[in-house]
Amino acid sequence: MRAYKAKGDVQAKPYYTDRYWVAPQVAKFDVESDEVFAKDLEVIKSKFDVLEAFIQVEQMTVFIKPEDNYRVLELLKNELEYTQLSEMSAIDFLETRDGFEVFYQMLSMNKRKRVRIKMFIKNGVAVNSVEKLFRSADWSEREMFDMFGIEANDHPFMKRILMPYDWQGYPLLKSYPLQGDEFASWYEVDKIFGKEAREEIGPEIRDTATIDRYDSERFARLGHEVPKGTKITGNEPKVTQSYQEDGGVFLIKKLDRDNSKVIDDPQR
Amino acid sequence: MAQIKNRLTPFFENITFDRDDNELVLNFGPQHPSAHGQLRLMLHLQQEQIVKAHPDVGYLHRGMEKMAENMIYNEFMPTTDRMDYIASSSNNYGFALAVEKLVGLEVPRRAKVIRMMLLEINRLMSHLFWLATTALDIGAMTVFLYAFREREYLMDIIEGYCGARLTHSAIRIGGVPLDIQDTFIDQLKNFLDNFPQAIKDYEDLLDKNRIWLMRMEEVGVISTEMALSWGCSGPMLRASGVAWDIRKDEPYELYDEVEFRVPWSDKGDNYARYRVYMEEMRESAKILYQTIDMYKKTQINNQTELMAHSPKYISAPKLDIMTQNYSLMQHFVLVTQGMRPPVGEVYIATESPKGELGYFINSQGGAYPYRLKIRAPSFWHTGILTDLLPGHYIPDVVSIIGTTNIVFGEVDR
Repeated sequence: MRAYKAKGDVQAKPYYTDRYWVAPQVAKFDVESDEVFAKDLEVIKSKFDVLEAFIQVEQMTVFIKPEDNYRVLELLKNELEYTQLSEMSAIDFLETRDGFEVFYQMLSMNKRKRVRIKMFIKNGVAVNSVEKLFRSADWSEREMFDMFGIEANDHPFMKRILMPYDWQGYPLLKSYPLQGDEFASWYEVDKIFGKEAREEIGPEIRDTATIDRYDSERFARLGHEVPKGTKITGNEPKVTQSYQEDGGVFLIKKLDRDNSKVIDDPQR
Repeated sequence: MAQIKNRLTPFFENITFDRDDNELVLNFGPQHPSAHGQLRLMLHLQQEQIVKAHPDVGYLHRGMEKMAENMIYNEFMPTTDRMDYIASSSNNYGFALAVEKLVGLEVPRRAKVIRMMLLEINRLMSHLFWLATTALDIGAMTVFLYAFREREYLMDIIEGYCGARLTHSAIRIGGVPLDIQDTFIDQLKNFLDNFPQAIKDYEDLLDKNRIWLMRMEEVGVISTEMALSWGCSGPMLRASGVAWDIRKDEPYELYDEVEFRVPWSDKGDNYARYRVYMEEMRESAKILYQTIDMYKKTQINNQTELMAHSPKYISAPKLDIMTQNYSLMQHFVLVTQGMRPPVGEVYIATESPKGELGYFINSQGGAYPYRLKIRAPSFWHTGILTDLLPGHYIPDVVSIIGTTNIVFGEVDR
């Protein structure tokens, strides 16, 4: 039987995983263990639903409902002194939970604390833009849209940022192969020459170590050199070439093919 | 006119232009010597004044976050070099620290000291490079040559340590691979002794230079609110009135043991940023002097370990691998399959020369990170140009891009 491969996750997998191996957890601590975080969480809890909250690696993670994101961040910014949104993006859980986790990484310089606000959104649902609160979200939300296809409502310019505007597909999804999909591999050809030119031009060679022995235009025929542009039949004789510096090289003797013994048997 | 999705013709044919004003759209870049890389700026001009700026990035996008999801943790280390390639050790370090926090490793003291040396040398290299290129953009060729000379000494030291000048990969998860070479301390001391004079030379050339002042003072003013809102960090933030340095305020490594000031300014203009960079170079030199003493102390105390001891995550020292069967087996598994950090999340920010460099790692317990987000400071320092450039004139664009110190390997990742 062929091994089952999840179509929603085409990323590389380690070649071997012990079947009895259970992954340990990074320690989660109760929010009560930190005074500052406990107070902050109290304020958030008094106004919004908090699904889960804990401290992991010295930072508080708070799970909220996706519809509250703008108002929670507003609260954090205006009342709890978390003045900077240092980072935001999403994590793809489409395969397992049919949705994304969106996180907002907040920084309070006065308290010297960092809080991560997280929320789970279903596939195809847009988030509320927080661009009005933090200008930095302008670009991060565009990046999130570019990479995951998650749109932000009320965003002033919801366009791709890193990929070309006319790109199809969302590169950071687990269903997007590392080598790119068909659209990606024919992007330049389709755009410049049109789809009908695909056959004539041929696929892009992505493996830089590829050697095409019928290619007489490039340096791919070491030992089988022919004049540039020659049609190659595949039966050319091997060119015996030897590179030697004129004055000789220190410690290296001049190669004499006639007197040297060629070992054909790889097993010796 | 609505855009038609999936239409094969280029999208810009669907845009209609209203020509009811004198606005000129100037396309600045993506190939422009003063854009410091592949930055495309679409500038709407009224005469020579910019009324709207639209930075366009992505020309150097290599999909590093995607690559990270398809690699073991150690494999990703050389890729981080290619982000901020002016100071690549700081990228290595940010990633290494994030993974160390995720798995809970304690790095030996000597490795910490060496890392700090590398980080500060990288900071100096980056700042010198910044000074050189910015000065060149403004037209100060001499400073460019002087600053590159000093940077060359530092690159020689780094080259002696790890063999590379630009892409160091000199830091590993769990420590450093090598002890510093015998000549390292002497070379570094020699450099540091002459460095104050070098900084003074730059300042003599620039500080009261009429052209420099005209291009720098009151140009590109970023208010505190704007800097905070745009997620600015590092010198950009410190020049706008927030004395926030992660090395000082959330100390990592041994930064809580060294003494240094955090230079800052409340002016927020190009000149303030220039001053912050210059002062930071002095502070870095101060830190480097102290790390030399710290290193000598580790020699006296015979603290020779360079890598953390954690057989689950870190290979044993070479001697053990060569002599002990179990270490060899561990090493084989760690190289071929990679370490498997516990399930959890971590966001670790470090003060890279450009600002807050953060790594967010979501691990699902696998050998590959489930999600790795790189928070590169330059990304937002480019974004701020949208709000910063309007009102300025075309020549100011060059000096503003210069002082934001953006590196496109980092912006596009």
